[in-house]
Amino acid sequence: MVDVQFRFRDDEVVTDPAVTVDAFAEQTNATAVRIEPGDDARELLPQLDRIALVEVNFPAWTDGRGYSSARVLREAGYTGEIRAVGDVVIDMLSHLKRCGFDAFAPEHPLNPDDAQAAFDRWDNVYQATADGRRPIWALRHES
Amino acid sequence: MYKYDQYDQQMVDTRVEEFRDQVRRRLSGELTEEQFRPLRLQNGLYLQLHAYMLRVAVPYGTLSSQQMRMLGDIADKYDRGYGHFTTRQNIQYNWIKLEDTPDILADLATVEMHAIQTSGNCIRNISSDQYAGAAADEIIDPRPYAELLRQWSSFHPEFLTLPRKFKIAVIASETDRAAMKLHDIGIKMVRNDAGEIGAQFYVGGGMGRTPMIGPMIREFVPLDHLITYSEACLRVYNRYGRRDNKYKARIKILVHELGKEEYTRQVEEEFEHLLSQGIEPPIAELKRIMGFFQDPPFETGLSDDLDLSDPDFRLWVDRNCETHKTPGYIIATVSLKPVGGIPGDASADQIRLMADLGKEYSFDEMRVTHAQNIVFPHVKKADLYALWQKLDAAGLGTANLDTVGDIIACPGLDYCSLANARSIPVAQKISERFATQERQDALGEMKLKISGCINACGHHHAGHIGILGVDRKGVENYQLLLGGSEGADTSLGQITGPGFSEDGIVDAVEKVTEVYLREKEGEERFLDTYRRLGMAPFKEALYG
Repeated sequence: MVDVQFRFRDDEVVTDPAVTVDAFAEQTNATAVRIEPGDDARELLPQLDRIALVEVNFPAWTDGRGYSSARVLREAGYTGEIRAVGDVVIDMLSHLKRCGFDAFAPEHPLNPDDAQAAFDRWDNVYQATADGRRPIWALRHES
Repeated sequence: MYKYDQYDQQMVDTRVEEFRDQVRRRLSGELTEEQFRPLRLQNGLYLQLHAYMLRVAVPYGTLSSQQMRMLGDIADKYDRGYGHFTTRQNIQYNWIKLEDTPDILADLATVEMHAIQTSGNCIRNISSDQYAGAAADEIIDPRPYAELLRQWSSFHPEFLTLPRKFKIAVIASETDRAAMKLHDIGIKMVRNDAGEIGAQFYVGGGMGRTPMIGPMIREFVPLDHLITYSEACLRVYNRYGRRDNKYKARIKILVHELGKEEYTRQVEEEFEHLLSQGIEPPIAELKRIMGFFQDPPFETGLSDDLDLSDPDFRLWVDRNCETHKTPGYIIATVSLKPVGGIPGDASADQIRLMADLGKEYSFDEMRVTHAQNIVFPHVKKADLYALWQKLDAAGLGTANLDTVGDIIACPGLDYCSLANARSIPVAQKISERFATQERQDALGEMKLKISGCINACGHHHAGHIGILGVDRKGVENYQLLLGGSEGADTSLGQITGPGFSEDGIVDAVEKVTEVYLREKEGEERFLDTYRRLGMAPFKEALYG
């Protein structure tokens, strides 16, 4: 298993091996599941209670389906770990975080300084997403 | 027009720093070209045949004088003294150095401009009606909605690595001047029976290899759901759009394969869900944006008279000017299509001159059109002659809007690494062949569009006459299409038959125009005659 390089959670790192979305419904004791790009994250929604870790795999960083998967889980109220794995690159980090990812296990470890700069890049954002940040339109109309 | 506040400015400034960092990592070898490519594309930077090309965003085609001046200065400082206005209402520079790019972006940011998402598999610069805010036939100015969508789509974290590029157009007139139904999402602002403004959504149009006219999927989206509905459209696309074949990855293929009903059903389901997520900006934000698009201080009681005693001026007014919604004003279009010129090109001096004239004669505002021309939207009729004289003296007085000389052409194989054939020389030869006033007059309204490859940046499917450059066993060859249109009566052109050589295609265009001149009835345009007669007589003339 690839090491988690960045994590924005205080709880214990889940080390259970993640099963596939297809297998998860059958494996009633599994607590970790792995979403591949073609999987529909909505299939997990009835079982969110028993999930401690969702790994979302990016076989290629240019395939953006995993962003939607993470947001769908957060929008449904999932509060466990969502870990980006696979071809995770510097320039994705802030966007992944905005979509609800809170752990990052890149296949090829990233330069920590570049990664920190990427996480810190955007002081403000235009959209309301899963990270709970107040978007610019909300800041503009604060009373 | 829209003005940045501290937040908008901070966003573009941050982007400049981000891109500077990406270029640094590329130049140091930390990023390979393969890794860098999607990053630079998201910032409009292409590696072309001879150099880098930078595409600068002109949101919904609207520019101030200060911005236009900067475009001219950049052409001098970083390019070879000219720029190329594009069919996406943007501008491209064809001779850019990678290491200069962060500084160019920094210069652009000083005038509230950028190159964000002008390429790449993300939501592109949003286009609109070039006559927005001036047209006599619009129900409302579409640009505030386009601006709301611009902010929503800028760095939208979920939609930066879509299956393929994604283009949105917003219009608000019955006359469609933005080819709205040929976009991934076309939005038409409409008024419902209760008198409220809302958005009509057309999804899955496009050109390229599989041209399609986008079907309407929702008649009326209320203004306080505009972003939420757009987000639902995008999420369904991101989830299901094909990623196994880039030629089948556009949303038009998804809508076609799922069927309009099933795609719509999924969007509606996602929309219902997203309504509870609080992602919609408040109406107060839309109102704030609308405040920037109020009419300029038009004078009242002006005369509508024009002194047309100068025949050249009269011709230009007939050809290049359009009715303004306010008495005493007129919409004037500067043709960037002089006889034998490169469609859409302007020199740095011409760009700066237009900047000055836009300030003096058009309330500091200009537009780029998807037909690669420049609009002065609000000219006082009393000033029109003076404006025209100054334009004409600088080679910008060509009177050929929407005629055979007003050719749309992509950069083609002279610049573009995707192209199969050159577009520019074909455009130049056709323009020269039909150069005389008599020929232009006889042919009347004519939309001639040339693409140098199947990607259709030159909109050849939507031309009354379309030309597509292909590579046939290493030789440039040109297919001819007839009967395309981008207006309210959108239609896709049909291929006539076997292609032609570079000179042969010019002759072929002439032959089909001869059929039209022979067969036309009454006031028919070329397109009308073609629609009435069908392909047969044209084919006979070409191949018989």
